[in-house]
Amino acid sequence: MSLVTVLNPVGFPPKVSRQTPAARLDGLDGKTVYLVDCRFDDSDIFLGQMQAWFAQHLPRVRTLVKRISNVYLNDDPTTWEEIKARGSAAILGVGH
Amino acid sequence: MTLEIKYGVPTVAVHTDKFDRVVRSVAQVNGMPGLRQVFVPQPIMGKTPAELRAYVDGTDPITGRPVMQEVLEGLTRPFEADELGPTEFDRSTPRLVPADTEDNLHRLFVENRWTDMLPIVLPTEARVAEMLRHTKRKPEEIVGRMRSTHFREHWAYSVEKVAVNAVMAGARPEYFPVILALAATGVTARSSSSSAMAAMAVVNGPVRRELGMNAGTGAMGPYNHANATIGRAYGLLSQNGQGGSVPGLSYMGNQGNSYAYNSVTFAENEERSPWEPFHVQHGCRAEDSAVSVFSGVRSTAFTLGLREKHWREHVRNLLRGIDPNGPPTLLLDPIAARQFVDRGGFTKKDALIDWLHDNALMPAGEYWDYQLVQNYIYPRATFGEEPWATKLKARPDEIIPMFRREDIHVVVVGGETNGYWRIMGCNYQKTVKVDDWR
Repeated sequence: MSLVTVLNPVGFPPKVSRQTPAARLDGLDGKTVYLVDCRFDDSDIFLGQMQAWFAQHLPRVRTLVKRISNVYLNDDPTTWEEIKARGSAAILGVGH
Repeated sequence: MTLEIKYGVPTVAVHTDKFDRVVRSVAQVNGMPGLRQVFVPQPIMGKTPAELRAYVDGTDPITGRPVMQEVLEGLTRPFEADELGPTEFDRSTPRLVPADTEDNLHRLFVENRWTDMLPIVLPTEARVAEMLRHTKRKPEEIVGRMRSTHFREHWAYSVEKVAVNAVMAGARPEYFPVILALAATGVTARSSSSSAMAAMAVVNGPVRRELGMNAGTGAMGPYNHANATIGRAYGLLSQNGQGGSVPGLSYMGNQGNSYAYNSVTFAENEERSPWEPFHVQHGCRAEDSAVSVFSGVRSTAFTLGLREKHWREHVRNLLRGIDPNGPPTLLLDPIAARQFVDRGGFTKKDALIDWLHDNALMPAGEYWDYQLVQNYIYPRATFGEEPWATKLKARPDEIIPMFRREDIHVVVVGGETNGYWRIMGCNYQKTVKVDDWR
């Protein structure tokens, strides 16, 4: 049975280097958590419900719903700077 | 990930469960396999506040754990070492596939999802070498980079990689410069968008004749070797060059798109068109050979000819059927093109495009309520981008244009067996000269 040698059609991937995530918080009491609306479908309604959950179950956590400035495909340094300056953590939603 | 890495803000990302594999994969290839991600049921769209509250109060369909418990832990529980992944990893694959029988190799290509599930030609060294003879470019030269979606990493591909995929598609070696030009656009024909995108490729200039491409009867169907295999090669190169197009992992098109089999590849019928060729509108000379690529390529509307009494209304009706986020490219049989000249006096293509822009209209309230307009155009309007920022000021009952003028295009194709014509909802991306890749 004859064997055939063929070429691999797959492109060249970039090397992936490990990224370091942010340090986790000791707790959320007294902290500000941004609920970031990625403006996808009805994610604003979902995050509104999550905000209500926080108000009901963890009233000492301050939550702010913040819409990203533009389409989710674009970077949004203005919003990220605001969250870093005024917030302690972020919940992004909803990716579909 | 940007918030975590660049701004040092602990973050949890919430997704719908259908995107479990894809978002974990994206996190991994961006160097954060342990990114804290929580899942809720699909869909979010159209659910009531009460139904979405139930998602919040409910469990993650992937893990079975309470959603809010996972969210809170995601922000407060320190990372374990094994969550962070290796310091560096490389997914490069060898240039050659280990030698095997033809049957086993065909099976391997299917199992690895390197094909479009139709039979391929095995890319032997001899066949690839013959393909490479049809360009002066060096085999190792990088032609371009592609990715299946904005959030993924770009993969690169060389002239040789393009040749491998061209062989697989069954393309003849003389087609290779056209396929290289398509690859050089960097526009993937295998987007992972859940909207099930495909690509469309229009070939202009003398190369159409050189290769015997079809611009006439059946041009967009499976009736011409060059049209069929050049488009197929573009698709295979896209899926392999960008590192994959696998449903649930790197392809999320909800219904799929049969246009993707050959990326709607055809030659423009320049000889029978009453207007200048498409590539000339985009910076080329008539004697240049060029490829132009479009993305989206989902919605199609069609009709026959232009009736004397109500042609304007009929065209408006077709335009209203196209989603405002997928602007119209008219694909006109020469008979229909000449009818636009005769009925509307559009002796210049620009005049027709002006008319289309001014007649594709709807009330502002309806326009802004389209889901895709909400997702992709409304944010740009609120950011101040024109012309949408001005449109946003319109009263709900005010009539506004559905499309930007620069997003409307016209291409002439067809063999005049009748005056049928269609509108393809798609986005023009780029034109690349074939002659640069000979």
